[in-house]
Amino acid sequence: MFSVFLSSGFFLGWSLGANDASNVFGTAVGSRMIRFRTAAIYCSIFVILGAVISGAGASHTLGKLGAVNAVAGAFIVAFSAALSVYLMTMARFPVSTSQAIVGAIIGWNFFSGSVTDMGALTKIVSTWVLCPLLAAGIAVVFYLATSFSINHFRVHMFRLDLITRYSLLLAGIFGSYALGANNIANVMGVFVPVAPFDTLSIFGMSLSPAQQLFFLGGVAIAVGVFTYSKRVMLTVGSGIFGLTPVAAAVVVWSHSAVLFLFSSQALEAWLQGHNLPTIPLVPVSSSQAIVGAVIGIGLLKGGRGIKWRTVAGITSSWVSTPVIAALVCFVSLFFLQNVFQQQTFKPVEYSISKAAMDKIKETGIPHEGLEEILWENYPNSREFARAVSARVHLGKDDFSELLQLAELFEVGVSARSLDVLRSEGLAIPDELFAAKLDGRTFMHKWEIREVLAEISEKFRYRDGDDSWNVQVDERFNRFFSELEN
Amino acid sequence: MKILRNKIGIEKEIEEFLNCVSRSGMIFRQGCDYYLAGNQEDFSRKLKEISDCEHAGDQLRRSVNEYLYKKTLIPESRGDVMELMENMDSLLDRFKGALWRFEIEQPYLCEEFHEDFRNLINSVIEATEAIVLSCRAFFTDISTVSAHLHKVSYWESESDKISSKLQSAIFRNKDLRLSHQRQQQDFARHLDKIADRAEDISDRLNIYTIKRSL
Repeated sequence: MFSVFLSSGFFLGWSLGANDASNVFGTAVGSRMIRFRTAAIYCSIFVILGAVISGAGASHTLGKLGAVNAVAGAFIVAFSAALSVYLMTMARFPVSTSQAIVGAIIGWNFFSGSVTDMGALTKIVSTWVLCPLLAAGIAVVFYLATSFSINHFRVHMFRLDLITRYSLLLAGIFGSYALGANNIANVMGVFVPVAPFDTLSIFGMSLSPAQQLFFLGGVAIAVGVFTYSKRVMLTVGSGIFGLTPVAAAVVVWSHSAVLFLFSSQALEAWLQGHNLPTIPLVPVSSSQAIVGAVIGIGLLKGGRGIKWRTVAGITSSWVSTPVIAALVCFVSLFFLQNVFQQQTFKPVEYSISKAAMDKIKETGIPHEGLEEILWENYPNSREFARAVSARVHLGKDDFSELLQLAELFEVGVSARSLDVLRSEGLAIPDELFAAKLDGRTFMHKWEIREVLAEISEKFRYRDGDDSWNVQVDERFNRFFSELEN
Repeated sequence: MKILRNKIGIEKEIEEFLNCVSRSGMIFRQGCDYYLAGNQEDFSRKLKEISDCEHAGDQLRRSVNEYLYKKTLIPESRGDVMELMENMDSLLDRFKGALWRFEIEQPYLCEEFHEDFRNLINSVIEATEAIVLSCRAFFTDISTVSAHLHKVSYWESESDKISSKLQSAIFRNKDLRLSHQRQQQDFARHLDKIADRAEDISDRLNIYTIKRSL
C-alpha cells in the first residue's frame, strides 16, 4: 500500500527532473556545448548522490513545518504539490516545487487541525526572497571575477571555449548534486515520518529509511531528466537566455552555489564552528535562483533587457503557488478521507499534565492561567492553541516549546524497545534498561527524551550543533515510531 | 589532453592563416615595387609567392572550417569566425588578383604617378595590417579589438584621399591617351577597393566583438 501512496512522490520527482534539470544543464545542451545524453547521465547520477548524501538538511526544516503522520496524507500532500506545479506551469507561471509543497503541508495542517510552526514558516518564506537576491549577488561577483580573469590572462577564444565547456559540465554536476540535496526534501520529505523501511546495509554502507526514500526520489528525478527534460532544456538554452556561454556558465555556477548554501549541513557546521551566522537549510526554488542570477548580470550591465514581468511573476508566485497548493491539498484530503475512507492524519492530542506543568515552570514559559486547563484534553494543536491563547500570551518560541511539552504520547516501554535502542547502536546494559525504562508508562515524548538523554550521549542534544541535533531527532523519531507500532 | 592538443592545433592554424593574409600584403607591395622598377624577374618570383600564399591560406581556412563543424566548437560564434575567415581570405584573393592583373594587362603606369601609387599601396597594406591585428585580438584579447579597428578606418580614408587625388591627376594629364588614363584609373580604384574591403570587414568584426562581449 505504501508503494501506491508513494506514487505521488514519484510524480512530483519526475516533474522536478523534467523541469528543474533544465536549469542546471539547459544552457549547455541548448547551446550544443554538451550533448543531451552526457548531460542526462551526469545529472541523474549527481542528483541521486546529492539526494542520498546531503538530502537530510533541507528535509528537516520541512518536517518542522508540519509532520505529516499518515501515509495517505503524505500522498495527498505530494500529489497536491505536483498538481499545483502542473497547473501553474500550464498557466505559464514561474512555479516552484518548494513553494507548492510548503503550501500543501499548510493545507494538511489546516485539515488535521495542527498548528503551523510560524518560526519554521517565517524561515522558509524569508529564504524564498533571499534565494534570488543571493543568486543575483553571487552572479555579480562571479561575473566580475570571470571577466577580470579572461581579460587579464588573455585567454584564446578556443581555449576559452574548452574552459567554458568543462565549466558548464562541472557547474551542471555541482548543480545536479545541489538540486538533489536541496529539492529532494520537496519530493520525499513528507514521506519520511511515515516510511516503513528499516535501515539497510549495502557494501558496508548503511542507508537510513530517509536515505532509501531519497534514493527512490532521486531515481524518479533521473527518470524525469531522461524522459522529458530534453525539450525543456532546448527551450531554456535557446529561448530565455540571451547570454554568452561564459555568462551562462556564471549563471549556472551561481544557481548551484545558492542551492548548495541552502542545503549543506557541512557548511552549516563550519559556520557554527567559527561562530558565524548560519544559513537556514530550506528547499529553495532552482528556477528562481537561475532567474535571480540572470537579473544580477542584467543589472550589472545597466539593467537593459531584464524581463520585469518575470520578476513580478516570481514575486506573485511566492503567494499564489502556496495558496493554490494549500487549497488543492485541503479539498483532496477531504475527499480522500470522506469518500475513500482513508486515514489522512493520526490525531495528536494535547494536554497539560502535572509533569508537563512542572516542566513548563522549570523552563520559564509564562504559565499564569494555564493551571485552569490542567488535565484538560484537546483533540489537536489548533484547539490547544486556542485554549492557551485565551489565557496567556506567548511568543513563537515559547509556544512551540509548550506544544512539545503538552503533546500526548501515552506508551509503555517493554523489553522489545531494548532491541530497537540497540539497533540504533546504543550499548545499553540490561540492568540500566530495567531500572530506567522497562515497564514504565510515559505520557509525553519529552519524558522519554529526558530518560534516554540521561542514559546515552547519542540521545543528548548539543548546543549550537544543528547537524548533530538533527541526527538525535531522527533517532528519537525512529524510536517513537517503533513504540507506537 | 587530446582535446587540448586539438585546440592548440586550431589556434596555430588560425595564426598561420592570418600570417598568410599579412604576408600576402607584403608580397604584394614588393611585387608592385618590382613592377614599377621594371624588374620582371623578381616580379614573377613574387607572383609565384603570392599564388602559393593564397593556396596555403585556402587550405588553412578549409581545415579550420571543417574542424569547427566536426567538433562543434564555439557554437555561438562559429558562424562569425567562418565568415571572418572567408572575408579575410577575400583580401588575400584581391592581393593575388591585383598582382596577376599587372602580369596579364602589363599596364602603362606613368612615371609621375609612381609615388602616388606607392603611397596608395602603402595605405592599403596598413589597412590590411590593422585588420589582421584586430582579428588576432578578436581571438586572444577581445578588449583591444577596437584599438586596432580605428586604424583600419584611418588607413581606408587615407587610401580614398590618395586614390581620388591620383585619379584627378591622371585625367588632368593631357599627354596621356584616354585608354592609358582609364587603365591607370582602373588600377587605382582596384587598389582602393582592397582598403574598402578591409573597412567592411572591420565593421563586421565590430559586430562580432559586441556579440562576444560577455
